[in-house]
Amino acid sequence: MKLWDSFAKKFAAPKQKKEPAGSRAQARDRLRLVLVHDRATISPVMMDKLKEELLQTLSHYMQVDEVASVACLEQTDKEVRLVATFPIIKLNRNYAENIS
Amino acid sequence: MVTSGKGGVGKTTTTANIGTALSFSGQKVVLIDTDIGLRNLDVILGLENRIVYDLVDVITGNCRYKQALIRDKRFGNLFLMPAAQTKDKNSVRPEEMKALCEELKENFDYVVVDCPAGIERGFYNAIAGAERAIVVTTPEVSAVRDADRVIGLLETSGLRDAKLIINRFRPRMARQGDMMEIEDVIDILAIDLLGVVPEDEKIVVSTNRGEPAVMENGWGAGEAYRRIARRIQGEEVALMNFEMKPGFFGRLKKIIGVN
Repeated sequence: MKLWDSFAKKFAAPKQKKEPAGSRAQARDRLRLVLVHDRATISPVMMDKLKEELLQTLSHYMQVDEVASVACLEQTDKEVRLVATFPIIKLNRNYAENIS
Repeated sequence: MVTSGKGGVGKTTTTANIGTALSFSGQKVVLIDTDIGLRNLDVILGLENRIVYDLVDVITGNCRYKQALIRDKRFGNLFLMPAAQTKDKNSVRPEEMKALCEELKENFDYVVVDCPAGIERGFYNAIAGAERAIVVTTPEVSAVRDADRVIGLLETSGLRDAKLIINRFRPRMARQGDMMEIEDVIDILAIDLLGVVPEDEKIVVSTNRGEPAVMENGWGAGEAYRRIARRIQGEEVALMNFEMKPGFFGRLKKIIGVN
C-alpha cells in the first residue's frame, strides 16, 4: 500500500500542480495594472496639445469657453481616466457647414 | 544603443554578442561601454588586460579616440572603447558623446553603445548619439515594467522605433504556464521584436572565459544572437523554434523528416 501511495504521489503531483492557473497570467495582469499607473504621467506639453486638438474638434460643433476648459488625468485603483470639462457657450445649429 | 532600464537583464552580454556576430559577417564594429564606474564589457569580451586609455580620456582630450580603442585580435574588425572605472561618472556630457559617436560613425559600419542600468546621466549619454535603440528585457514583471519606462523615455528623446530583445526566455516554464509568453511581452510593450534569447548556461561559461557565446557553433543563446545580428543587417530571419527541445528524439525526427 505504501509503495502504491508513493507511486501515486509521484505521478499525480505534476497533474495537480497544473490545476491552478500558472503564474503567467498573474504576471501579465499585474504588469498591465502597474503600467496603467506608470504610464499615467503625461507631459504638460502633450496635455496642452491634446486639449488644443480637442478644442479644435469641438469648435466644429459648439462654441466653448476655452479659458475655463480643463483636461487632466485622474487615477483610481483600477484605471486612469482622461477627465475634461468644456463649458459650452453656444451650440452650432448646422455644424456641417462649419466643418468645411 | 542597447538599453534596458533594469540592471542584470543582459545588456552587456547582448552588446558583446551582437558586436561579435556583426564583425563575423565582415562589418567593422566598435562597441562603446558607457557604464562609467561599473564597466564590464571589457571582461565579457576578454579584453580587460589591454586597456590603456578609456572613454573619459577621449572625452577630456587626454588621448585621441584611436588610442583608446582596443582591437579584438580574434576578429580583426571588432573594437572596444572601454569605460573609465575610477573616474567621476559625470565627467561625460551628452553633447560630447554625440560628437564622439558622429566621429566613429564615419569610420565604422556599426557603433554599438552599451548603456548603463538606470535612467540617469549615463542613459542620456548613451542615447545622445544613437540612431537606433535596442531594449533588452527578461520575461519578468520587474524587467518589463522598467523596459516600458525606458521605451517612453526613448520616445520623448526622439528614438521612436526601438526594437525589443527578450532575453533569458525559458520555453519549458512558459509551456507550463509559469512564465510570460513572448506574445505577452510584445503585447504589453507594443514595440517590434528583434529577437528572443533563451536562457542558456553556456552564457555563464562564456563570461567566465571572456569569449562571447556567438563564437561557438550550436543551438542556444549564441544562435539567437547570430540571428539577431543578421536581422540588424536587414535580413529576414525566422525566430528560433522553442517548441521542441532538440534532444535525441528531436534531432532524430529532424533527420528523418518527421514532424
